[in-house]
Amino acid sequence: MVGNITRRSFLAASGIAVAFSLTRPALAQLAGGGEGGPGPAVVAPGLPGSLKSWPYLDAWIQLDNAGKATVFSGKAELGQGIKTALLQVAAEELDLPPRDVTLVTVDTLRTPDEGLTAGSHSMQDGGTAIRNAAANVRMLLLRQAAIVLNTDVDSLITTGAGTIVSNDGKTIGYGQIAGSLTLHVQAIADAPLRSKPQFRTMGHNLPRVDIPAKTTGGAAFIHDMRLPGMLHARVLRGPSEGTRLSLPSADEIEAMPGVFKYVRNGDFAAILAEREWDAIKAMRTLQSAPYELTRAPFPHGSVDETLKALPWRDIVILDTDAVVANPVKSVAQKYSRHWISHGSIGPSCAIAWLNDDLLTIWTHSQGTFDVRRVASELLGRPIEKIRAIHAEGAGCYGQNGADDVAAEAAMLAMAVPGRPVRLQWMREQEFGWEPLGPGMVTEVDAAIDSNSRIVRWNYGVWSNPHNNRPVGAGGVLIGNEVQPPFQPPEGKPIPMPEGDGSRNSNPLYALPNMHVVYHFIKDMPIRVSALRSLGAHLNVFSIESTFDELALAGGIDPLDLRLNHMEDERARNVMQTAAANFGWRKRQKTKPLQGFGMAFARYKNLGAYCAICMEITVERDTGLITVQRVQAATDCGEIVSPNGVQNQVEGAIIQSLSWCVHEAAMNDGTIRTTFDWSAYPILRFIEVPRKIDVTVVEQPGQPFLGVAECGQGPTSAALANALADATGVRFTHMPLTPDKVRAAIVTF
Amino acid sequence: MTLSIVVNGKDHEVASDPDTPLLYVLRDELELNGAKYGCGLGQCGACTVHIENKAVFSCLTPVGAIGDRWVRTLEGLGSIDSPSILQKAFQDEQAAQCGYCIAGMIMRAQALLEKNPKPTDDEIREHMQPNLCRCGTHSRILRAIRRASDVMSKEG
Repeated sequence: MVGNITRRSFLAASGIAVAFSLTRPALAQLAGGGEGGPGPAVVAPGLPGSLKSWPYLDAWIQLDNAGKATVFSGKAELGQGIKTALLQVAAEELDLPPRDVTLVTVDTLRTPDEGLTAGSHSMQDGGTAIRNAAANVRMLLLRQAAIVLNTDVDSLITTGAGTIVSNDGKTIGYGQIAGSLTLHVQAIADAPLRSKPQFRTMGHNLPRVDIPAKTTGGAAFIHDMRLPGMLHARVLRGPSEGTRLSLPSADEIEAMPGVFKYVRNGDFAAILAEREWDAIKAMRTLQSAPYELTRAPFPHGSVDETLKALPWRDIVILDTDAVVANPVKSVAQKYSRHWISHGSIGPSCAIAWLNDDLLTIWTHSQGTFDVRRVASELLGRPIEKIRAIHAEGAGCYGQNGADDVAAEAAMLAMAVPGRPVRLQWMREQEFGWEPLGPGMVTEVDAAIDSNSRIVRWNYGVWSNPHNNRPVGAGGVLIGNEVQPPFQPPEGKPIPMPEGDGSRNSNPLYALPNMHVVYHFIKDMPIRVSALRSLGAHLNVFSIESTFDELALAGGIDPLDLRLNHMEDERARNVMQTAAANFGWRKRQKTKPLQGFGMAFARYKNLGAYCAICMEITVERDTGLITVQRVQAATDCGEIVSPNGVQNQVEGAIIQSLSWCVHEAAMNDGTIRTTFDWSAYPILRFIEVPRKIDVTVVEQPGQPFLGVAECGQGPTSAALANALADATGVRFTHMPLTPDKVRAAIVTF
Repeated sequence: MTLSIVVNGKDHEVASDPDTPLLYVLRDELELNGAKYGCGLGQCGACTVHIENKAVFSCLTPVGAIGDRWVRTLEGLGSIDSPSILQKAFQDEQAAQCGYCIAGMIMRAQALLEKNPKPTDDEIREHMQPNLCRCGTHSRILRAIRRASDVMSKEG
């Protein structure tokens, strides 16, 4: 039951509701999905994407005398393929072969600050900016060519090979014009864009530019950087967040074999060594020192007990009323997911180097410009004397230890001027100290009338803030450890329409009565921050589970119940496409414990649409779920790389299944207890769906919609729905482990 | 005292202590990028290399225990200009997202294909079980191994 949702509480909270609902949607779609700081200032609101903040063309594109282009992006390659996608966009609109375009990703010295690479915003903001900037440049090239060739601009076309030809056969290369063209001009909003029939690069599968090195042992990751005279560092910490080691004296530590230097400031301690293994050995020895707790003991009841023991404030998300028929059947349910680890395969790493008076930090953080701001505050160093450069790490899926380790490396580099410092966390440090994806609880109370129309929808979601991205020194571990310490900032919600715990708590369905409240809990008993899709994972899980419960109650097909309540044509189309390609209408159970489930969401109700249909079987004696097949359909607007979109959605499906079936970061009162892959299992090959197919719906001419996170909610929900179909039992608290499934089904 | 090991067909004198895991010798002394640190516990397979045709966790193998057995890393299969059949299959299937696990995946799969050039789908999954991927690239990895197996059997 949703005890807290009453008319009274809506009225009491209405001041907050007004404040958030007045946020204009266009501007509320912040860089990085509202995570991190305010992002770069908007100086040209009439321009598309990140051009709003960086309107000058030369901030994005430079042309050389050979007619080749260098394109500058403030977004980072996180393994999502953005580097290749942005290259395709730039090549298309410049009408150059991709090999003649070099893309520079985020670097505080060279590229625009586009805020975080997060929230599925990179194509929406960065891709749109580069597309329009490139279209502007092509427009200027044509105009300049018209002057040089003394002809009418309308008689000229670009050829795709870096040349311009006139209809009377005259040709000129971009390189011949580049020198006389100034790109230090502001973009216009309506430079002509190329369209799908003209596309030479967009809409085609350009092979990812990073994959050759990654498959042959090239230097592809920050972990692979080796700078001259580089020292290896390891931090000395207790087993998990909020513990402090009782370390021996500095003299004793510096006398240990292989230790080059010991650095200590307050509770922050680290060792530097010439050899990595020496650093690790010394760290291991020192880690066996006794530790004490420096914070309140962890709570360790259920997610529900933990969260509801804390004070919350109500934020009204939706409050609509209409006259409707009487409810005849209702469902009420509580859903939850546990705290989840990002589980990056490579623990976080950073390299920092104080060379002359410039401190350079290489980082795989999603917020390279924020790494620089954090270091500046932490070290009390002028920001112009710090440069931060993105270098690829292992997939992060949100805020893992990347920001922490970058600040730590910066501090260590200051202790050894002239020597680059490479710091990598160990596996147990990543599990023990990274911010986790927040545990969450929802409660739904919904009802249908005699025609299976949904007439009641009361919904509450309890969550910590998901956005604790560091924008100052207080946001990273070392900032809280040094003397004097920087205070961690107070947790704040992200306003809708992006939302954080509230993300996707507003169903896209047309329901006449929707009462949705975000019970925002600012006190965080466990360190948390952004994990792929934020609150959308549990909110979509809860909404879509409820739809299937209502469909069951009303005796109506789950697809029909959804379509009957969906007015958005693109949403209807992805649901129907997934259903048709899956054979939803023809589905038939041929054996016991076989089930079919579907789910849908539009990410944030602003991003990509995603529908998932799934067939599973369950093994009675073990409770093991085998996903036989998954059919996804997605609509992410204009498609740059069909294969890239499929890769992202396939990955989202598998990762979401792993979250849903396996994952819970556990703790006792003192420490986190899931510190390796045996205590924190994730999906392995045997459990991967036997078949996954992703249909990408074409939307030529439509704006880019971020696709990277759209599958997280629908996949977990489709699994729960298939499981309910197979077993007759509604599973509501993730992870849906074999033990849990077996215990529930063994009774019938 | 120095140790001598054979890596990718070449003799190397290494200065590391014999207790040093092979992983750190490969990465830091030999400056090979293929093997990655993932867990140091033999749980994720990011560090997978071959010792005499067997896929092993280099994070758990002390360099002093290798003796005269040869070691092969991802770099020993092929190069960016001349990738091996399996490396090419991973590229053709676009079987990577972040790619951090991929070197280990290729090395583990290579060990299978050398022993069993035509594995069934279930045999591939079973064999790949020790290696973790977090991005969810598994289906593409499975397809890449199947593709390489097909190419290898055609080339006989």
